[in-house]
Order: sequence, then C-alpha cells, then structure tokens
Amino acid sequence: MDRKIRVLIAKPGLDGHDRGAKVVARALRDAGMEVIYTGLRQTPEMIAEAALQEDVDAVGLSILSGAHMTLVPRVIDLLKQKGLDDVLVFVGGIVPDEDVEPLKAAGVRRVFGPGANTQDIARFINEQVEQTRSG
Amino acid sequence: MGAARRSPQDLIETALGGNRRALAQLISLIETDPSAAAVCVSRLHPRTGRAAIIGVTGSPGTGKSTLVNELAKAFRRRSQTVGIVAVDPSSPFTGGALLGDRIRMRDLAGDDGVFIRSMATRGSLGGLARSTADVVRALDAVGYAAILIETVGAGQSEVEIARTADTVLVVEAPGLGDEVQAIKAGILEIADVLVVNKADRDGADNTLRALQTMLDLGSAPRVVPHHGQIMEVSALASNVAAKGWRPPIVKTIAPEGKGVDELVDAIDRHRAHLEASGEGRSRRRVRAAAELEAILRETLLDRLMQQIGRVGLDGVVDRIVAREIDPYTAARALTGE
Repeated sequence: MDRKIRVLIAKPGLDGHDRGAKVVARALRDAGMEVIYTGLRQTPEMIAEAALQEDVDAVGLSILSGAHMTLVPRVIDLLKQKGLDDVLVFVGGIVPDEDVEPLKAAGVRRVFGPGANTQDIARFINEQVEQTRSG
Repeated sequence: MGAARRSPQDLIETALGGNRRALAQLISLIETDPSAAAVCVSRLHPRTGRAAIIGVTGSPGTGKSTLVNELAKAFRRRSQTVGIVAVDPSSPFTGGALLGDRIRMRDLAGDDGVFIRSMATRGSLGGLARSTADVVRALDAVGYAAILIETVGAGQSEVEIARTADTVLVVEAPGLGDEVQAIKAGILEIADVLVVNKADRDGADNTLRALQTMLDLGSAPRVVPHHGQIMEVSALASNVAAKGWRPPIVKTIAPEGKGVDELVDAIDRHRAHLEASGEGRSRRRVRAAAELEAILRETLLDRLMQQIGRVGLDGVVDRIVAREIDPYTAARALTGE
C-alpha cells in the first residue's frame, strides 16, 4: 500500500512573487510527493478549505510580503477549526529572525529562509509526516 | 489522514452524512488501498446513479480547467452542487506529481456546494487514475448533483473518460495544430459535445469548420472504389449513425464565461437524448461489463501470481530466456491448461 505524501503549496496574501513557491513545488514533486499548487493571492480561508478537500499531510506557505505574522496564524486557526490539527505547516520566504519563534509558537513546524536547500525541505517533510503517521 | 485514522465504515457513514473532511479522507483511502476501496464501493454503489457525470478532455492548453471552473459556476447558478475531479499526470520516474488545476478554479473557493479534488494518475494511462471511477462514485453517493472530471489532456489516448462519464466534452482551441489532430482517430469518436474554446482567437472558424467536416464524414456513408468494386464505408461509424446523436459544436470564451450557458444546454440535451434513446442504458451496461471484466482480470491474476509465487515465476522466466520453453506454452502450463 503506497500512501503518497500530499502537500499543498500556497501563496497567501498579495505579493505576486511565486518563483520560490514553484521551485519548492517542483522539488517536492521530484522527491516523489503529490504537490497541489494553488497559485497566487490565496486567502487563509481558501488555503484551509483546499487543504481539507485535498486531504494533505502538509501545507507550505510562501510569503514575501511581510504579512506573515497576520496570515500564518490565521491559516493555522482555520486548519484547526476544520479538524486538520495534525497537518504539518511550514513557511518559506522572507521572515525576520525575531519572528521565527512566535511563528513556531503559533504552530509552524519550521521556517525556511532564502537559500534553503530544497532537498532539506523534502527530507524534513518526509520525516515529519512519517512521525505523524506512525504516531 | 494522520492521527485521527478511522475505519472505512466510519468514514463512509460520516461522509454520507455530509462531512466534507470525512469525504476527503474517504477519497484518500480509495486512492491508496484497493481492498479498502472494495469495501467502500460495496456501500457506495447502491447510492450512486443520481449525478450527471461530465468528462472534460482535450489537448493541453485548450483551456479545460478554466472551462471546468465556468461550468461549475453555471451549475451553481442553477443551484446544483458540483464535485470536481481534476487529474494530472504522475512522473513515471519519481512517482511525484504537480497538481495545478486548482489555480484556474479559484472562483469556486468559499462555496460549500463545490468540492474539488486533484488526483495524480499514479502510473495509469488513458487520461484518468485507476481509482478515478471509484472517487466519482463517492462524490455521487454523497449527493453532488453534477460531477466534472477533467482528464490529463495528453491528447489522443484519453478514451478512459468515455467509460466513466455520461457526457464527454472534447475541448479544442484554435492555433494548436488541432485541425490535423482532429482527424486522428480516438478523441473525436468519444465526443458527445465538441467545444471550440478561445473562440475569440484567430483561426477559431477554421477549427470549427475542420470539426464540422469530420462530423459530416462520420454522418454519411462514403462510397469509395475498392479493388474495382464500389464499397460503402461508414467512416467514424460509431458517431452519428449508431448513436442517433450528432455532437453539437459550441463556441466558448471561458475566461469571460461566453458560450458557457449554451454549453450547459447542450449537456442537458445530451442527457435527455441518453434517456430517450436508450443509449444511456446501453452505455451503463457496457461500462458495468468493462469494469467487471477489469476487476476479474486483476483478481484472477493476483490469485494466480500467489499460487505460482515469485520464485516459481522466476524459474519459468529463466527457461524462456534460455529458449527451453516459449512464453505461450509456459503460460498454458502455469494456468493449468
């Protein structure tokens, strides 16, 4: 029984730069995952609902606009409201160091900054999802 | 998925009760676990048959996703709930997939009457995933009134959709070399409705004419000289003559929603035709027979492989390679003939 890892890659907020999100989406596909890419300018509601319908194991949020402190906790709240407590949430983009801990406290498992290695991201998701599934 | 792992029975009952999360988890189960899928189908099957199942196929770049988005909106305007299954290919090398059809369906977000699920083909050919039909069953059983299936769009080999949908839309667009593609066998024969999308582009009328010509060839028997004798050939015979239905051609400009209401009307007319002519009934029989045959083939093969075992099979393969036995004789011996 081959249980594929399904990942939603989403860009909340208004910045129009999706290069990073696309690079990560491709890298995760190449790591054997099924990646649902939803495109630009997603509201937290859209992201949480897509995560529910697609029954994903992980949600990756790409933010370059600086609005992460509002958008990310909102997505996590909505995921919890929908019963998706065990979905792994990770963030990529430009996040100042001092914001990383508060984001983690809000439920983000890890923040990947510019220059993060895409293979590291794939390995991280693999490990985390395996833990959740066996746990 | 994850910690709150529930039994198939529990998932089915919760999903049938209208819980969307349970439906999503049920679909994952059907996708990943064939034996659980069998349990699910035995419960779901009696509750199916109410949905209008519409397939949308056509070459990449013809605008299928945008059209599905607009069709879903049109069904919603008529207060019908909509389930969407969007299939994209898995990489044959890594098994991964990039599923991007939701990008064009963002208008549908926030509407509880719409459920969208992206599926990877997971190695199956023919434009759909192996479990697409069962996923459609789940959407049908929980009560979605219209189910739209978007195929991979690889082009001419997408005949699987004809076995899954009641009404198949084949989408063409100008400027993709489709005047020639249209002549190739396969894709046109499965069309119940033809769509010329991007109809505001140059060449749309050429595409329309090419399709009309193809349909004309299909409707009238052609008389051709053959080895000095006059022979009647019914080209594309499966189309008009047998079905009593000439696929209408509908022009659309999907991003503007133009032509979409006409398209929905054409789908309605086709559904009415299926019921009035008995074609719907015979299609359902053909579909059920094909499905049963496929399941039997798989079941028997599994059983046989278990009997023979990996080692036994390897031994026979060695003998074939060594020219001690030919593959047909080997197969007859293994099946006990």
